[in-house]
Amino acid sequence: MNGGRVTAGILYYLGIVLVCAPFLRANLAWLPLVFLLAWGVKRGTEWLSANETVGRVRERTDRFVIRHRLPFVGALAAAAVLLPLAASGYVIDIVTAAFLYAILATALNITVGLTGVLVLGFIGFYAIGAYTTGILTAKFALCNFWVALPLSGLMAMLFGVLLGIPTLRLKGDYLAIVTLGFGEIVKIFLNNLDSLTGGPNGILGIRRPAVGPFTTDTQTAFYYFTFAVLVLTIFILSRVIHSRFGRAWIAVRENEMAAGALGIDVFKKHLLSFSISAFFAGIAGALFAAKQGFVSPDSFTFYESVLVLCMVVLGGLGNIAGSVLGAFLLIVVPEFLREFALYRMLIFGGVMIAFMIFRPHGILGSRTITLEMEDARHGDE
Amino acid sequence: MATNDILTTDRLSVAFGGLKALSEVSVRVAEGEILSIIGPNGAGKTTFFNAITGAYRPSGGEVVLKGERVTGMSPHEIARRGVARSFQNLKPFAEMSVMENVLVGREIHCRVGLLAAVLRSGSSRAEERAHQKRARDLIDFVGLEKRRNTLARNLTYGEQKKLEIARALALEPSILLLDEPVAGMNPTETGFVMELVRKIKRRGITVLIIEHDMKMVMGISERIYVLEQGMLIAEGTPAEVQGNRRVIEAYLGGGKRADSQ
Repeated sequence: MNGGRVTAGILYYLGIVLVCAPFLRANLAWLPLVFLLAWGVKRGTEWLSANETVGRVRERTDRFVIRHRLPFVGALAAAAVLLPLAASGYVIDIVTAAFLYAILATALNITVGLTGVLVLGFIGFYAIGAYTTGILTAKFALCNFWVALPLSGLMAMLFGVLLGIPTLRLKGDYLAIVTLGFGEIVKIFLNNLDSLTGGPNGILGIRRPAVGPFTTDTQTAFYYFTFAVLVLTIFILSRVIHSRFGRAWIAVRENEMAAGALGIDVFKKHLLSFSISAFFAGIAGALFAAKQGFVSPDSFTFYESVLVLCMVVLGGLGNIAGSVLGAFLLIVVPEFLREFALYRMLIFGGVMIAFMIFRPHGILGSRTITLEMEDARHGDE
Repeated sequence: MATNDILTTDRLSVAFGGLKALSEVSVRVAEGEILSIIGPNGAGKTTFFNAITGAYRPSGGEVVLKGERVTGMSPHEIARRGVARSFQNLKPFAEMSVMENVLVGREIHCRVGLLAAVLRSGSSRAEERAHQKRARDLIDFVGLEKRRNTLARNLTYGEQKKLEIARALALEPSILLLDEPVAGMNPTETGFVMELVRKIKRRGITVLIIEHDMKMVMGISERIYVLEQGMLIAEGTPAEVQGNRRVIEAYLGGGKRADSQ
């Protein structure tokens, strides 16, 4: 017990040092100050979490947010709709990217958060979706975007099934390593399958979708299009989560043996969640291809896989709203830290460590915490 | 009698490496009876359950369920053929509510497809309502109606045991295997579970029980099998088993010394 606490403490200070690395590199004299700050923050948080009044206030805010989530969601959606009227092209571009990552994170959350299967090479499905659109609409110009969009999802799903059938029988860490390999293999294929993928140069000239005279060529139009796809993804996935499918997935995550004893085919449930995640990653990939206008292997690095996983963990495992929030935090905030771009990985590492220590369930918590609140409310009556 | 057997095992064996956890155990379970399996710790009782339900692959012998050979099938296939179980070391879905736990037990009776679930079609909502009604009835049946929306991990030990029974019944099994259903319960709770088992039997479900609580075993069982060191050493009615010399030896150990005096 005590050993664990000491380790957590060391990790915390290490994380803080990593976060502050850019400043420290400029002047190492800041080190004592950084430690003092870290110590202060830690003591402060400990005091805050021990303080009953603070605890009560926090619980009340949490409950308030949960009870009034509809107005909150409505306000955020309204803000998203109105944003292009006020914001610059630069901001619109970043938020569009955040929407894409939100689709990815929400999709990954189905596998990682609900079914409890760790996937490390998720970006591979995103790449397959993007390249399917690129190949179909630009390279061979076989069809328009609207036909390519569902095909991109289905292609990613197909690869999900092909990868899943032999590998989903593996347990935890082994599966994570296999999926990690998958992400890298996809990238290697894209780099070398010149006749199909254009090799390192990628595919150019992917056009944005249009309906009759209405095109999404402008930044604002594409922004709204991406937003619509995100809303649709969230709608579909939350419906699935709150059906018998979501229930079975969580049961499999909680206890495979008990789920099996209730007649649930654990492997099939894993495969279903995995292929649904892959499908929506493929859809996001198609949008990415259209947004950029070109695709190349450089966009689909292991870093991106980790980034999406961080979004899921940061926002809260199994929590859709959390995934969207995680995507925004990890895409929008770093834009303000451009000058520290080199240290982004380090900063992420530090933030993740801090989260594992102070809020292991993520910012918005897992679905469990929401349930618990409702439970407590029933108790009040 | 043979036509009446719902479950039989024929020289069922389970070995872990060189260790024989279960050797050549043959039992016959008649439809509709309450049957107990007793024996000292480590006698192989839970192993026997695991071998029947497919959690362990038998190293020899057969399991026949309603005339069909199910040896070596996976747990979910056997569960779908009407065998439900509870676990000795509890396995509730900790982060789900009582209601959700029981609804997971309804999964094999769910027909709603993905598309219907997304569109929340009229028929899918009707089916979900029917499953929820069933689940509520079962929760009431095991006496957890006040805890319906509580997370399983916040239940007491006894409540978790009852939840496992409700969850297993949601499967609509023809055989229910209970692994130490009253271990750690007080006499009042034990009495409640005994009554519950009788009610389950009246619903036409065959019940197999592993239990150490002799008051429960002797009070409720129609027949008893006794296991020791992986082998079947006795079989019979509670009265017969209680008077069986080998059983007394297995439990008290000092039988031979008593003889010599």
